[in-house]
Amino acid sequence: MSTTTELDNKNDLLARVARRRHRQQAEQAAVTWLLRIAALISILTTAGIVIILVVQSMGYFAEVSVWDFLKGSDLAPPFSLQQFGVVSLVGGTLLVALIAGLVSLTLGLGAAIFLSEYAPERLRRFLKPILEVLAGIPTVVYGYFALTFVTPILQGIFGADRVIVFNALSAGLVMGLMIMPMVSTLSEDAMVAVPRSLRDAAYALGATRFEVATKVVIPAALSGIVASFILAVSRAIGETMIVKIAAGATPNLTLNPLESIQAMTAYIVQVSLGETPQGSIEYKTIFAVGLLLFVMTLAMNIVGRWVISRFRQQYE
Amino acid sequence: MGYFSIQAAVRVDVINQSSPEQNRKRSKATRAWRDRVFVVGFVAAIVIGIAGLAALLIDVLVDGLPFLNYDFLSSYASRKPLESGILAPLVGTVWIVGMTAVFTIPIGVGMAIYLEEFASKNRLSRLIDLNIANLAGVPSVIYGLLGLAVFVQFLFNGSRNVTAGALTMTLLVLPIVVIASQEAIKAVPSSYRDAAYAMGANRWQVVKTVVLPQALPGMMSGIILALSRAIGESAPILIISSLVWVTFVPASPDSKFTVLPLQIFTWISQPQHEFRGIAAAAIIVLLAVLLSMNGIAIWIRSKYQVRSDQ
Repeated sequence: MSTTTELDNKNDLLARVARRRHRQQAEQAAVTWLLRIAALISILTTAGIVIILVVQSMGYFAEVSVWDFLKGSDLAPPFSLQQFGVVSLVGGTLLVALIAGLVSLTLGLGAAIFLSEYAPERLRRFLKPILEVLAGIPTVVYGYFALTFVTPILQGIFGADRVIVFNALSAGLVMGLMIMPMVSTLSEDAMVAVPRSLRDAAYALGATRFEVATKVVIPAALSGIVASFILAVSRAIGETMIVKIAAGATPNLTLNPLESIQAMTAYIVQVSLGETPQGSIEYKTIFAVGLLLFVMTLAMNIVGRWVISRFRQQYE
Repeated sequence: MGYFSIQAAVRVDVINQSSPEQNRKRSKATRAWRDRVFVVGFVAAIVIGIAGLAALLIDVLVDGLPFLNYDFLSSYASRKPLESGILAPLVGTVWIVGMTAVFTIPIGVGMAIYLEEFASKNRLSRLIDLNIANLAGVPSVIYGLLGLAVFVQFLFNGSRNVTAGALTMTLLVLPIVVIASQEAIKAVPSSYRDAAYAMGANRWQVVKTVVLPQALPGMMSGIILALSRAIGESAPILIISSLVWVTFVPASPDSKFTVLPLQIFTWISQPQHEFRGIAAAAIIVLLAVLLSMNGIAIWIRSKYQVRSDQ
């Protein structure tokens, strides 16, 4: 009697264990599928971006020739993109991005050299988070700063008659400040990765710290520095609010940074703020400009990351 | 490349040694002098960066503090600057961030768990990794176009509502959450996993009971940073909700809305100068929220670092 109960208990236990294992496996299978769907969302996002930009742009180019899109035409309605051509927007974007790139490269590289080659560890730990606050400030705040603080200073320096209220220089300078931490962090990472032995060898030969930094560390970390610059400029090209607020709304192909320009991103925002019924030519225009912007930034990001990965292989 | 530079350094030294004693002393002095001058330049770069930050904060505080009071927080926008407040954008921002968190956290953390713990390291998972890195570099205005076409026009039939805004923000900040969560998962020592596997746990049990609790602080700081990005971002919301004078609080997920950065942009764009003061006051509120969120993220990270050191 008692032996059968024991046996029953044992069988019961085994069955329970089997059921539990079965349930756990079912749970794992369900979770795996859910996670797989989550991972697919990233692919769907990219596909969505590409499909929407391409489809809407095709609708646009069915009505407007590629040449008119690029260079503009006098026959097109006034103030439309087909009239002034996207080249003047690209020119405005590149002018601001160039200023921002120069500012961020100068400040960011100087900061990176100081942090990686000169600063004691405690000072480094104190300074880095302060610089990184710059990267966390919303772009609309930078736009406000450019318009209400930097532009009046520029007008004081160059004369109010020469500096238009909305100008490329103010937006570019402030944007350079914004992307400076990006350049300094990425460059510093590249410099820290340069093996100690290279520095020690140069010091042993009697080199000063400046010589070690410029003749050993910077050449060895050059690809990382170049990559940080490319990624920062790509960020500047895609930046919207600073150029929308401070750089103006005048499509203008110029090299004079004191003039008013219009960037590609600012154009997209400006058109979408107006009356743009779905399917209208204006609605399609912003997708055509968006496609060009997407291709430009994607190409720069791919090049930037390729340069970084090449540089990592050297020391690993 | 480094080796070439060492050769260059050696050459400098060889030239110096071959010069007469006096020459060598002078050139050594020049080199030491140059060393010191350039340090000043490098320090100046950092000082300019920090001075820029300080100027920005002071500019905003000076312009905005006089306008900051309880009425400003509790009233709606008005055509008269002095009667204007930020109630509608404040509540709108809470809606957007709340809904973005609800969408982003499960999807982002799930994506990271799948890529790190479940997917075999094959071409597909590498493609997804590369894809996420690329998405992180797509300009935010492009996400606005995506949201306009997919969520506003297709999903909600032209309604520019809070859900469309939050879904767009979700796609925008997902890469940040995924990348931070992946890093946090990678930092969990594999011996912990091995111990759990040795006790007969299956993959999901290991993730649920060992990996997730360990990686949680790192994930949290990534999530907070992503949400603070969602708070500060204006370009996509500007495209999604082109509505600028919102004088009501969103009541449901399908209501129209505005957010703080958008209200700030609207006020900056007004021709009257008085609106700049209230724009600055709204910026102070925005920065206060963001800086405290960043502070929490840094605090969580440092607490977690101390624990893993022990």
